[in-house]
Amino acid sequence: MTTFLNLTLNGLATGAVYAALALSLVIIYQATRLVNFAQPALALVAVYIAYTVSQMTGSYWIGFVAGLLSGLVAGALVERVVIRPIAKSSELNAIIVTLGLLLIVQGGVGMIWGNRQHGFPYAFDYVGRFSPADVFAVASVAVTALLLFGLYQFTPLGLRMRAAAFRPEAARLSGVKVGLMLTAGWAIASLIGALAGMLAGPPFISPNAFDGVFVYGITAAVIGGLDNPFGAVLGGVLIGLGMSYVSGYAGPELATLAALAIVVLVLSVRPDGILSRPAARKV
Amino acid sequence: MTTTSTSSNAVEAPAPPARPRGWRALPSPVRHLLLAALGLAVFTGFLLVTGDLTALRMAAVGYTMLSIAGLQLLVGGSGQVSLGHGAFMMIGAYTTALLVIHMPMLPLAADLLLVVLVAVVAGIAVGAATARLHGPYLAGATLILAVGLPGLAHRYHEVLGGSNGLTIRTAGAPPFLQGVVTNSEWKALVVWTTVLLAMALLATVNSGRLGRRLRAIRDDENAAAMAGIPVGRTKVVAFVIASAAGGLAGGLQAYVLGTITPGSFTLALSLTLIAALVLGGISSMWGALWAGLAVVYLEIWASDATRALNLDRDVENNLPVVVFGVLLILILRFWPLGVHGAVQRLTAPLRKKSAPR
Amino acid sequence: MKKQAGAIALALTLTATACTGAGEVAESDAADLDVSTGVTDDSIIIGTHQPLTGPAAPGYMSISLGARAVFDHVNAQGGVNGRTIDYRVEDDVYDPAQTIDVTRQLVIEDEIFAMMGGLGTPTHSGVLDYLNDEGVPDVFPSSGALAWNNPEEHPLTYGWQTDYTKEAKIQGQYIADNFEGQAVGYLFQNDDVGEDSQAGLDQYLADTVVAREHYESEVTDLSAQLSSLKDAEAEVVVCSCIPAFVALAMLEAASIGYEPQWVLSSIGGDTATLQALLANFTKDTDAEDVPADAFLDGVLITSYMPRVEDQEDEWSQFFNAVWEEYGDGGPLTNTHVFGMTQAVMFSQVLKSAGEDLTRQSLIDALHTQEWQGPSPVPFSSTEDDRGGHQGVYVLRYNAGGEIEMVQDPMVTDREGGPIEATDYEPLPPTELDFHD
Repeated sequence: MTTFLNLTLNGLATGAVYAALALSLVIIYQATRLVNFAQPALALVAVYIAYTVSQMTGSYWIGFVAGLLSGLVAGALVERVVIRPIAKSSELNAIIVTLGLLLIVQGGVGMIWGNRQHGFPYAFDYVGRFSPADVFAVASVAVTALLLFGLYQFTPLGLRMRAAAFRPEAARLSGVKVGLMLTAGWAIASLIGALAGMLAGPPFISPNAFDGVFVYGITAAVIGGLDNPFGAVLGGVLIGLGMSYVSGYAGPELATLAALAIVVLVLSVRPDGILSRPAARKV
Repeated sequence: MTTTSTSSNAVEAPAPPARPRGWRALPSPVRHLLLAALGLAVFTGFLLVTGDLTALRMAAVGYTMLSIAGLQLLVGGSGQVSLGHGAFMMIGAYTTALLVIHMPMLPLAADLLLVVLVAVVAGIAVGAATARLHGPYLAGATLILAVGLPGLAHRYHEVLGGSNGLTIRTAGAPPFLQGVVTNSEWKALVVWTTVLLAMALLATVNSGRLGRRLRAIRDDENAAAMAGIPVGRTKVVAFVIASAAGGLAGGLQAYVLGTITPGSFTLALSLTLIAALVLGGISSMWGALWAGLAVVYLEIWASDATRALNLDRDVENNLPVVVFGVLLILILRFWPLGVHGAVQRLTAPLRKKSAPR
Repeated sequence: MKKQAGAIALALTLTATACTGAGEVAESDAADLDVSTGVTDDSIIIGTHQPLTGPAAPGYMSISLGARAVFDHVNAQGGVNGRTIDYRVEDDVYDPAQTIDVTRQLVIEDEIFAMMGGLGTPTHSGVLDYLNDEGVPDVFPSSGALAWNNPEEHPLTYGWQTDYTKEAKIQGQYIADNFEGQAVGYLFQNDDVGEDSQAGLDQYLADTVVAREHYESEVTDLSAQLSSLKDAEAEVVVCSCIPAFVALAMLEAASIGYEPQWVLSSIGGDTATLQALLANFTKDTDAEDVPADAFLDGVLITSYMPRVEDQEDEWSQFFNAVWEEYGDGGPLTNTHVFGMTQAVMFSQVLKSAGEDLTRQSLIDALHTQEWQGPSPVPFSSTEDDRGGHQGVYVLRYNAGGEIEMVQDPMVTDREGGPIEATDYEPLPPTELDFHD
């Protein structure tokens, strides 16, 4: 029974990290209909900047804030400089461009900080089952999802962003600055991606540190439904729990296969994810 | 603008644009086979003047090209974006290795046919499981396939060798050719013969009824369904063909390299394949050739170039990857149709001139 | 005409491949070794394949940096027999497919004289046959796999690392003697490291082992494994893991309040690397001022090389001085020392192979070498035994950075043979003849 409890708590904590990355993917997908492969790259930049700043200042939290801010700025920059000129040509091209960006950033991080591992601390004490660090991860992701939901449902900015994403022409006619909204979407998404990086980074960071997290982040977003922030959270928790149970009861070599099995099961029943609205499907 | 010219060109896939009437009059399978034979003759000549290293790398270009050509039919043809193509290469590679280890007396041709068979079964399974998925959902499902499948090698490590994988030795040049061609050159020839035959087949499929149906589905699924095309089945067939090409490519890779490990079939491989496909040009099978060359040679050239610059070691190690990323972005920024699109645009004036003849 | 030639080639290819079994391989003739490929009057080209980028790079990239520093030092002294060493490192990203490519490039394009320290079991296995077929001496692969010691099939391959089974036997006996009756748990990497290590450990600990847990290098979450070890009440945990996973295991253990006696294999026992990784996680503990010592105090490690922690040791001092001059400015770790020790020993063989250097004379020099360091453990590279290091010694790491040898070097075989003491004494760097 304790094993089950341990595996559950552990799965929740890792699931929260996947959920955070899934959230950032969902926002960009909502804004530009694009699966952003550069998301782990932006998180990587944020985490390394956080690492450097906290080494210099001696304070984790100054680094934390610096990391989040750099995520925000990087997201906006990438949308303006790299994505916008290409997004028009085709969806697939834009995805491949984000892949190219991932390569550049991973290589760039290796150039600046080297390919060795660096210790990256937790926000809070990590000692104990469901430690303060785990609580922080779960809580911050839950709060982020709620804030996002509020942003999209109840604020004018959220409404404009949704309008710009789904009906760009109509939005433009009614005075919404579509370009600015897209940039805002990327910036917010990368901010959340940076948060995911802060949660996924510890204990060690290296240029390839987020490869796995990113895969499970995408998986979470896909099974949850790309239209719904709560879907991302649900997907993250499902993947986190599933992999934790399988790893604990059947062996770690089956963890990735477990993720595959979850995806197949979920998508064969709900091809557009668990929480997607059928109406949102492209017809 | 260019879109119309390329989509019409994609119908005839690798046939060179302008030829005398007699050439056009030939049925497309014959045309593609003759082209394949010509390609092989040119390749043989090329091998005679280069060494073992080039032979190995050209073999790599060959099987990568085949794998990407299969992906081209799937992604460029039917519009289903697969991020897990490496999984099919892995299936082909492990099948080959198991056949060579447990049935060494089987000839290579039989091995490869069995590999195609296994890959077809895998393709049916994956295609059927994903036929209802759209866009990013399909991408996500295939992505996790590429990540999850290597887990099998760890789970069944008594059979599949775990992370150290399987090592095989395959027969090289036949005795009567010893001294004329080296083992590597021979293997490169076998690879290219197989690849060109398979590509000729793919090109024929692509320019036939199935190809037209695939493109109809890609352009508008509902319209295609209304026109009486069995959408679901056709999409599965596309997956099966792509899987067969990928599996065969993996089998050839195992035959050439002799070492088959999960570490060679990572997500990075799958993502490289799709990126290279778009880089080479998604609208035509010629794009696969550029893509194969890019996958094999781009980083080699980049690392040779960076070495000459005498940089800091961290910079030198990471520069080739960065160069690949930058090229990818630049090419797609300025040539949205990839290298093949650019080549077409450059040669367009020439073709116009020769057309009236 | 051309089409006909193509058609004939096609037909030939098809008929020939259609007849012979793909797995039926003819024995190839032994390559000519009386050649001096890659050797000029004033230089020798050698090559290696290493992961310099990708997921495996963090753990291993220091090895070739260390080796390069020693070769730079050797070259600055005038080289070996009047020749400088041109050390070419190719990045294979730890992907066996790329190892094959870069190895061919080294052999065909760079025309290397020998392969030195090619890294990794899955990677190097893929080029083992090729190097032997081409007659390229394959000296000191960087891995403890048993496969490198197989003179009949791979006559040009010479192992280096103490193989995993030998090391584990000595660990097993040490634990059986010093922790009598205590419950033992294994934590191992799920490949030949784990398999070969268990084969050795089980010879001494089969009755006291209470848990066998493994990890996959792709999955960095060790919570399930550590919980099982704790639940099984293992008092001693033998970790046959690479440093990143040793660190992960120690963090996870700390997080669940589990404090076993750790026994680390040489592959994971680099305290300098572990300290760097763990330094950020000792805040608010007693050991705050001495980074990571809260985790590492009292850890037992098996080792066969000189140790950077041992400031009395002359080799350690020598390596520090070399790193000071030719390193990249970062701290010296035992992972660097791995490559440095290889480089010293390789230079030593080159030196004794004499001025008329051929591949055969290198092989002869390996067979007749009287090894005298830098390692304090005997080394074998004879005609019949290419096992490399023959055993390990056991050391304890104490808070503050001191290490203490708790068991002198012992040697053994990889079967069921006895574990024996040895009177082997290495020479100090000033007396070892490895450069001009």
